[in-house]
Amino acid sequence: MRIVKRVAIAALALMAVSGAVQAKEWKNIRVAVEGAFPPFNSVSADGQLEGFDVDIAKAICANLKAECTFTVQDWDGLIPALQAGKFDTIISSMSITDERKKVIDFSRPYYQSPSSFVAPKSAGIKDTSPEGLKGKTIGAQSSTVQATELEEKYKGSDIKLYPTQDEVNLDLVAGRIDLLFVDKLPGLEWLKTADGANYEFVGTDLPTDGVGAAVRKEDSDLRDQISAAILAIKADGTYDKINAKYFPFSIWKE
Amino acid sequence: MNWDALATYGPRMLQGLVVTLQLVVISITLGALLSIPVALARMSRSRILRAVSFGYMYFFRGTPLLAQVFLVYYGAGQFRTQLEAIGLWWLFRDAFFCCVLTFTLNTGAYQAEILRGAIRAVPAGQREAAMSLGLRPRQIFRKIVMPQAILIALRPLGNEVILMVKGSSVAAIVTVFDLMGVTRLAYSRTFDFQVYLWAAVLYLVVVEIIRRVWDKLEHRLTRHMRSA
Repeated sequence: MRIVKRVAIAALALMAVSGAVQAKEWKNIRVAVEGAFPPFNSVSADGQLEGFDVDIAKAICANLKAECTFTVQDWDGLIPALQAGKFDTIISSMSITDERKKVIDFSRPYYQSPSSFVAPKSAGIKDTSPEGLKGKTIGAQSSTVQATELEEKYKGSDIKLYPTQDEVNLDLVAGRIDLLFVDKLPGLEWLKTADGANYEFVGTDLPTDGVGAAVRKEDSDLRDQISAAILAIKADGTYDKINAKYFPFSIWKE
Repeated sequence: MNWDALATYGPRMLQGLVVTLQLVVISITLGALLSIPVALARMSRSRILRAVSFGYMYFFRGTPLLAQVFLVYYGAGQFRTQLEAIGLWWLFRDAFFCCVLTFTLNTGAYQAEILRGAIRAVPAGQREAAMSLGLRPRQIFRKIVMPQAILIALRPLGNEVILMVKGSSVAAIVTVFDLMGVTRLAYSRTFDFQVYLWAAVLYLVVVEIIRRVWDKLEHRLTRHMRSA
């Protein structure tokens, strides 16, 4: 037993030392994305990751002169897997919220987008306050700022939560939900598709605190490096180029 | 213990447990009713009945329950206009109904296979003895074969109920707030793995209750086989 204990302690010490060395270097950064949130991150038909988040992540890595490897992970599992050390950062349109800040850290925001309601054009919904949507069925992706907002403020409405945004969109088209509540930019992208043609943004947008790269609490050095890199790619024009590739307006958050 | 989370989500998890139990009780009961004609069709002399029941059982036992739920829930969504035309959309609009339908079809297939095996396992001598006593085929089936078959089927049926309790957690994927759905919600808000532990304990309690009920059932149904 004693030998086992000693070996375990030695192994732990070794891990702590090597961990500490790695924390300063960050030559390899493992980045996770959801891969189901166009135009921010998605998997293309030939299996490549693409989107705004992916381009920004690559630009950050280039700026930090680090080797980046990408992992695709279900939305609901992103934060637990980050905590479990499966990867080092989440660059996947994750909004900065107080709830999340209790368990993980965020870099400075790299873009912002409000939350918006989408409804059928024929529905004629104007008032999207909790009173105005009483009795309506509203859908959102689970574990998102939108889901939290609905759960907390829209108590008179029937809230339905889905694993991915694609499924929320599907059920709006199927007519199982009256409205969906979504990040405005992916919403905009969906309205441009054939499925989204008969739908529109309704009511008032709700502001969010922006989207940042998420890291484990103990990796404050990585967080600061990513924050600096975000400012650097903004300063050298890389950010604006990527922004222009996806949106005709700036989504930068000061 | 995370008392804050327990105070916030504990009551909702119990509500979720009620939804889980509703799903299981309704599906198992309807599935049991469905399994009898299916098992009989599987053993019938008609080739068409045999083929249809075989196809049904083959499909539902051979594909994942999750895939079946998706197929029914999002598949129905694609056929909204057709379903509206025949006046069934209001049913398929409801996620709970879609789950009950899928679970019933799924457990019906398994229960039919269990029942068929059990009927086959009743010794041929029982049937022959009944025939020699002059009982009619219908009487033989109802009074001689079925009671013995149900006894043989009891244990595997208990297994099926337990599997259904756990399998019903896929309902959470299609927006039903069953026990798993509430647990996922609680976890997405608290990021505390404890909530999964609580859910596990609740599932365990349900399974333990079923186990005990089944022991009692078996004890009662085998009373003629024990010497006083």
